[in-house]
Amino acid sequence: MSQPKLSLRDVRVRRGKAEIVKVPHLDVLAGEVLVIIGPNGAGKTILLETLALLQRPSQGRVLFEEQPVDGRELALRRRMAVVFQDPLLLRRSVADNVAMGLRLRGVPRSVRRQKAAHWMDRFGIAHLAGRSAVTISGGEAQRANLARAFALDPEVLLLDEPFSALDQPTREGLLDDLSDALRDTGVTTVFVTHDRAEALRLGDRVAVMMGGSIRQVGTAAEVFAAPVDEEVAAFVGVENIVRGRLQSLADGLATIDVGGVAVQAMAPSLDSGGEVLVCLRPEDVVLEPARLDSHTTSARNHLRGTIRRITTLGGQVRVVLDCGPTLVALITKQSLEDMGLAVGDEVVASFKATAVHVIPRGA
Amino acid sequence: MDLIWDGLGESIRIIRTGDYSVWEIAVRSILVSGSATAVALLLGIGVGSLIAFNQFPGRNLAFSLVNTGMGLPPVVVGLIVAIMLWRSGPLGELRLIYTPAAMVVAQTVIAAPIVMGFTAAALRNLHPQLRSQLYGLGASRLQMLWLVLWEAKLPLLAAVMAGFGGAISEIGASQMVGGNLAGETRVMTTSIMLQVSRGEFAPAIALSLILLALIFIVNLILTTVQQQERRS
Repeated sequence: MSQPKLSLRDVRVRRGKAEIVKVPHLDVLAGEVLVIIGPNGAGKTILLETLALLQRPSQGRVLFEEQPVDGRELALRRRMAVVFQDPLLLRRSVADNVAMGLRLRGVPRSVRRQKAAHWMDRFGIAHLAGRSAVTISGGEAQRANLARAFALDPEVLLLDEPFSALDQPTREGLLDDLSDALRDTGVTTVFVTHDRAEALRLGDRVAVMMGGSIRQVGTAAEVFAAPVDEEVAAFVGVENIVRGRLQSLADGLATIDVGGVAVQAMAPSLDSGGEVLVCLRPEDVVLEPARLDSHTTSARNHLRGTIRRITTLGGQVRVVLDCGPTLVALITKQSLEDMGLAVGDEVVASFKATAVHVIPRGA
Repeated sequence: MDLIWDGLGESIRIIRTGDYSVWEIAVRSILVSGSATAVALLLGIGVGSLIAFNQFPGRNLAFSLVNTGMGLPPVVVGLIVAIMLWRSGPLGELRLIYTPAAMVVAQTVIAAPIVMGFTAAALRNLHPQLRSQLYGLGASRLQMLWLVLWEAKLPLLAAVMAGFGGAISEIGASQMVGGNLAGETRVMTTSIMLQVSRGEFAPAIALSLILLALIFIVNLILTTVQQQERRS
């Protein structure tokens, strides 16, 4: 298991009388991408700034490689890099901006130029090197911001909602490039977002932050499939998220191996094989007793399974099935009673290929 | 009308020949006001940065005081500085009263709040996360300060213009603490006042033209720099 690179111990941050961050224990493991996800106002940015040594906690300790940071803040900040939501480029050329952190560290000009050129090329902004940073678009500025951070070869990279101000196509392109850069560098990363898709796509682990506290930490699949409480569930959505491997792709119809079970999904944007996350909202799952000879739905997917748990949620019922992978279905209480289902019964869970959302892992 | 045209003609002759010591007076004005502006920049940028960057009790009061200071009447400044530097005053032993140094002190008191106000406003207008971003890139406190001031250099150039303009065009304080001594503390504004009181309009017009030209040139240079920066 990796060693902690950055840690918080009994950290509290107060503004006046209000306690806005309260984290008893958090480790960012070396080499991992830890996504901190939570709604606006959850304290995510303050937490990130505390980890980045830009905020002193009102109480508690920040550890870098398990040693207290006290008195070493500047030296340690120079082993990290921070990317905020706003690119915050200076009124200089793009190349000067990308090389700025290196300049602040006293890196020789030739090395600065070489590293800046490499990362501008990686993020597709080499042609903007001589342009004034105030004249480039938001997407280009965020690319320069990322290049500026990666040019530092940081041991820890901290990103605060870097894509939330960007339009969807720009965001998709940047996500791909960031994902590649994270994979190639293996840099320890803390990524703050409120976007579940970004968390699923980038995170090795996900920490859910609400009301200033970390409510749950685990793999993306763990956190999204089994939220610890109702509030977290409401935020992450009660979804089925399972890992799978793409087996075939024809005319946009993907066949995915999910724990030995073939699941079909419409995934026109999928263009490569490998590991994927299969996401399915529980309300898109239709249940039928297995004793029926034929399926009454036109859905492409029919998984046979056993009911493990039934939970009533008002007028609806949450049914947990063992189909190989665990599947959660949300049906009406009336349907459950009509079908006479109970724990231990065999059922067929059906869902449409279009209801399945496939996210490439490490794309 | 003759008074105007004759005065203008004569003033141009005076500027050409340097009669009435107009050039000596102009150079002294530039030196005194330039020195005051330089000291005001150091003080104003320092205090303006402190007020803009730090949260402390009474910060709003500090802003109000600075804004009040931007409109300080020069005669009041002159009175206060004169009392402080008077032979029997608290700083009388420094023997500065009726010296160019006293005028520099008085003009600094006038220009510094102007620079402070412009600096604080310029820095407060920067993105609130810019300092965090610079620290996050590995900047030391000094590097951060230098970079944010550089980032705010366009409004800071306005502070230089306003500070220099306030210093070189004031009269009350220079008259009171300098005494308008010929060859020693006589500057353009005090000399203009003296010449007019004597009915000598031509040298007063000559000095006014030089004063206006000087302020125009300083502002032209700084505005050109600003425009070039904006275009880049």
